[in-house]
Amino acid sequence: MSMFVKFLVAAVGSGTPLLFGTLGEIVNEKAGHLNLGVEGMMSLGACAGFMVGYVSDNFLLALLAAFAAGALGGLLYAVLTVTFMADQNVTGLTLTIFGIGLSNFIGIYMLGRSETGSLKLPETITRQMRNIHIPKLSDLPVVGELLFSYNPFVYLGIALAILLAFYFKRTKTGLNVRAIGENPGAAAAAGIPVTKWKYLHLLLGGGICGIGGAYCVMIINGGVWISNSVGGLGWIAVALVIFATWSPAKALFGSLVFGALRVLKYYNFFKLDIPIAIYDMLPFLVTALVLVLTSIRQSREKAQPASCGVNYFREER
Amino acid sequence: MSSGKEPLIRTAKRADLPRYQIYLLRAAALLLALVAGGLFILCLGHNPLVIYATIIKGAFRSPMVIQATIKIMIPLFICSLGVTVAFKMRFWNIGAEGQLIMGAVFASYFALFHSDWPHWVLIIVMIIAGFAGGGLFGLIPAYFNAKWGTNETLFTLMLNYIALNIICLLRDTVWADPKSPGFPKIARFAQNSQLDKLFGVQMGWIFGLILLIFVFVYLKYTKHGYEISVVGNSHGTAKYAGMNVKKIILRTMFLSGGICGIAGMAQATGSDMTLATGVAGGVGFTAIIVAWLAQLNPWGILLVSFLFSVLEKGSTVIQSEYGLSADCADVLQGIILFCVLASEFFLRYQFVLRKKGGGRS
Amino acid sequence: MSDTNTERPAIACKGITKVFGTVVANDSVDLQVKYGEILALLGENGSGKTTLMNMLSGIYHPDGGQILIDGKEVVISSPIDADALGIGMIHQHFKLVEVQSAMENIVLGTKGKLPKTKQLRRDILAISEKFGLEINPDQKIYEMSVSEKQTVEILKVLYRGARILILDEPTAVLTPQETQKLFAILRKMREEGAAVIIITHKLNEVMEISDRVTILRKGKSIDTVITKETSPQKLTELMVGHEVTLEIRRPEYEDPSDLLHVFHLKVDKPDGSAGLKDVNFVLKRGEILGVAGVAGSGQKELCESIAGLIPVKEGAILYEKKDLKGKTPNEIINMGIHMSFVPEDRLGMGLVASMGMVDNMLLKSYKNTKGPFVRRKPARKMAKELVKKLDIKTPSVDMPVRMMSGGNVQKVLLGREIESRPNVLITAYPVRGLDINSSYTIYDLLNQQKQKGVAVMFIGEDLDVLLALSDRIMVLCHGEVTGIVDAKQATKEQIGLMMAGAGEREVMGHE
Repeated sequence: MSMFVKFLVAAVGSGTPLLFGTLGEIVNEKAGHLNLGVEGMMSLGACAGFMVGYVSDNFLLALLAAFAAGALGGLLYAVLTVTFMADQNVTGLTLTIFGIGLSNFIGIYMLGRSETGSLKLPETITRQMRNIHIPKLSDLPVVGELLFSYNPFVYLGIALAILLAFYFKRTKTGLNVRAIGENPGAAAAAGIPVTKWKYLHLLLGGGICGIGGAYCVMIINGGVWISNSVGGLGWIAVALVIFATWSPAKALFGSLVFGALRVLKYYNFFKLDIPIAIYDMLPFLVTALVLVLTSIRQSREKAQPASCGVNYFREER
Repeated sequence: MSSGKEPLIRTAKRADLPRYQIYLLRAAALLLALVAGGLFILCLGHNPLVIYATIIKGAFRSPMVIQATIKIMIPLFICSLGVTVAFKMRFWNIGAEGQLIMGAVFASYFALFHSDWPHWVLIIVMIIAGFAGGGLFGLIPAYFNAKWGTNETLFTLMLNYIALNIICLLRDTVWADPKSPGFPKIARFAQNSQLDKLFGVQMGWIFGLILLIFVFVYLKYTKHGYEISVVGNSHGTAKYAGMNVKKIILRTMFLSGGICGIAGMAQATGSDMTLATGVAGGVGFTAIIVAWLAQLNPWGILLVSFLFSVLEKGSTVIQSEYGLSADCADVLQGIILFCVLASEFFLRYQFVLRKKGGGRS
Repeated sequence: MSDTNTERPAIACKGITKVFGTVVANDSVDLQVKYGEILALLGENGSGKTTLMNMLSGIYHPDGGQILIDGKEVVISSPIDADALGIGMIHQHFKLVEVQSAMENIVLGTKGKLPKTKQLRRDILAISEKFGLEINPDQKIYEMSVSEKQTVEILKVLYRGARILILDEPTAVLTPQETQKLFAILRKMREEGAAVIIITHKLNEVMEISDRVTILRKGKSIDTVITKETSPQKLTELMVGHEVTLEIRRPEYEDPSDLLHVFHLKVDKPDGSAGLKDVNFVLKRGEILGVAGVAGSGQKELCESIAGLIPVKEGAILYEKKDLKGKTPNEIINMGIHMSFVPEDRLGMGLVASMGMVDNMLLKSYKNTKGPFVRRKPARKMAKELVKKLDIKTPSVDMPVRMMSGGNVQKVLLGREIESRPNVLITAYPVRGLDINSSYTIYDLLNQQKQKGVAVMFIGEDLDVLLALSDRIMVLCHGEVTGIVDAKQATKEQIGLMMAGAGEREVMGHE
């Protein structure tokens, strides 16, 4: 039992960066942009978050920096795809290559300037992002461990998911943005400022991805800088959006499942001798399977926003 | 009653540009990219001109180095040709990475376990195996796409990581080299299994040139190539014309994946001399950018992949000489592509400034 | 709507100019409309009507000229501005979000907070009642019929309290009965003091609904006339620029014998719902069989199943005595049957938009040569011949066909199909989007084929054309044949009733 609780706790932990990536990409896709640059934006966020944290020793500043860096990546993507109407796939891929490259580049540059030859987050910030401890609540058996003992990122992610779910479902702006993602021409005709909302949501999505990236290096890697710290999580996040059928609420569940798949190898429940590579393959296999299943069970409403991948030009004839 | 102002800048369609202006525009984009990259280098406290010069020197300073540059170019060039075949059909094959890996895996099987075969028989078998490996791996997303319309972009993407883990799996289990101490590794290929050299570079470059001619002719002059263009334009038209769209998707993806597989075979047996997890090393992704930059023109791909390889090779030199990471190449590639992507806009559109005294009179 | 200002025109356009690339879509256009008036904007396809209206609704920006609303010069830079000025546009191609409900579409982009669902539903139903509209606010758009979608578009505009309404070809997709209903709504709006602009190219509708008519030709405003003082003939001349005979020829063919029998045809749509339910008819040599019906009544399924493009669920399609059921287009050709199909979607199905004429000629014949290579020489020759024969305007036979005008695109497509010497020629909406001259060229081509003994099926939308061109008319409604009548005897009203589902006996039985 306690083993299973530990497993769930670990699943939440390893699912959190996926949650941020997925939420960010959902925000992007709702505005009609399939952004394949999630991995890149996460990498940018990882680098900025870590470096600012390293220098300032302040968690909040680090978080803001991660958000800003991701949003900057989103801005780059937005300028190219919204204003310059460049191909969304190519732009996203380039953003990924660029983001990873830049992040690693700066990392190595900073490593070269560090005296110890390694980069580790200083003490104050490490303390600030430790798992929370609420007296009594956190000490409850099982429940305390399952609900009240995570690092602040986890709660931020959950709050964000709920907030976004409400936003897209219950607010006028949310409704308008969904309309943009489905049919920007119709949205424009209804008087919705398409370009403005696209920019804002691409920035917002990028920023959220950036926080996810920061999690990778600050929590998963234990606050020590290494290259390629996002390591493909951004791509899983892109796929998770499909698994979550574009719903921020379901993204919570989806990232838990995928987080669990990622840590399964450390909890050999069935006492089977399965090579680690198989475990590592699982999330990708499951995603591929989900892709196939969703394409077989075609649903009109639980589908990708219709205008994803197609840029909008107001004066198209 | 409110009345808004005309926006300061708006976008409008423009008439087609003459050809020389198109080239001029691309050149301007490239220049802009070099300037932007230069600013970045400047920020790091280096002289961009010196760095650029070092990159170029670093890729050409001796015949040996030029050979090394060509060696980098081989998988990139072949993969770019591979994805081009699929892109012509507007099939987003982002899975070149995985197809390259599977080509390498299939070829490695023969390199490891049939190294006693006559050399040329073995080489030919490995080429076929590489093609089949990549091709079969390309068939998987094609099958699901043709059958149910499964999104090929994401599917091929997932397959990249599955392929990578297949190497890990083989390395850790059945193909582990018992003689290797510490972390498991796959054994180095026997001399007989290694690809020969021609003019000091592994033979992969010959494959590349043959494939260049093949892809060029295939896409431009054959019935298959014609079918690919029609399917890429509209499935509706293809069906209307009596084409078997599913068959064409499968066939084309088999070919596209197969070509990428040959790149993997060449990399493993010609350069790495073993099967390692880094056999693809992002080449499959860069190939997509190369193919796009070259506008899916095989001759353009030859040029762009060469330039990118110079950048890659030169970046390793600035790492050793200036301590700047070789990731610099990725950053510069990104900047170049961002600039070119933006410049494409001006081929079809223009910005119109608000007329003087426009707004309100 | 109560703010009726009869002094100043609601809208006045002065010298509006708009250029797309090298095409001048509007060239110094003038137009005026008053409150409490219905103005018809008449012009051929491509004369710049929609461009002009898109500038009034803030979708395009004019390159020159002035727009005055209530006498004040304004700049309408976005639909938001248009909205604030009280202008509402009902687009020909509906601007609706398919996966959202009617209610959500109506409230989209309006100012303020999202109202409570209950309140919103009540408001919408109140407006519907006032103007005599019927709607289910909770229904999703993709579940709606074309006329229901139009109702949503109208409600969208009314919900915002627009006083100037622009309707772009609103009747193109409606049955005659639905058109009457729409006109009643428009008259109601006029009574309420609204200014209404209706864009159309149908003369009888202009005569029926409008107070004044402004005519556009090739992007220029030619004239504005009072409807009561003009005639359809005069309007046509203004529209086309020269005298035209409005008559469509209907030559007789000597011996129209049966060629194609369709028995109990059942076809499903891709989503699994029924597209055709038990369709029976005969197509004869040397006749034009017109097919009438509201859009989406099964026309697409009918054409594509006969052409072998989509599977037949039940029934038989007999060509002489050979069953075409379950045969692919290739197999049909190999049976020695020359079936030609000119689809509705010319650039998305009949032609390859980004290829030139040469490669488009190859589309159906490239397989007929031996060897792995495509032979472009004969195709180039054929393309050049077609250019001469049909007077196709293109700078080069290699220029992508998508850059051509609609009329030329249709000539390329129909020309290619006729070159294959068909026995059966199926055409779906062959004159849609074409100007009058091009339309008559197409009618002539179809008549030529008919006189050669080809069995022609003509899916149409303009009932006047169907009645004048066809020998017989088959009417479809919800995938069923409601009647097959002699085109020389049937009236528009009778066809309209059958399009709405009334049986042939019911409609024609009184004679």
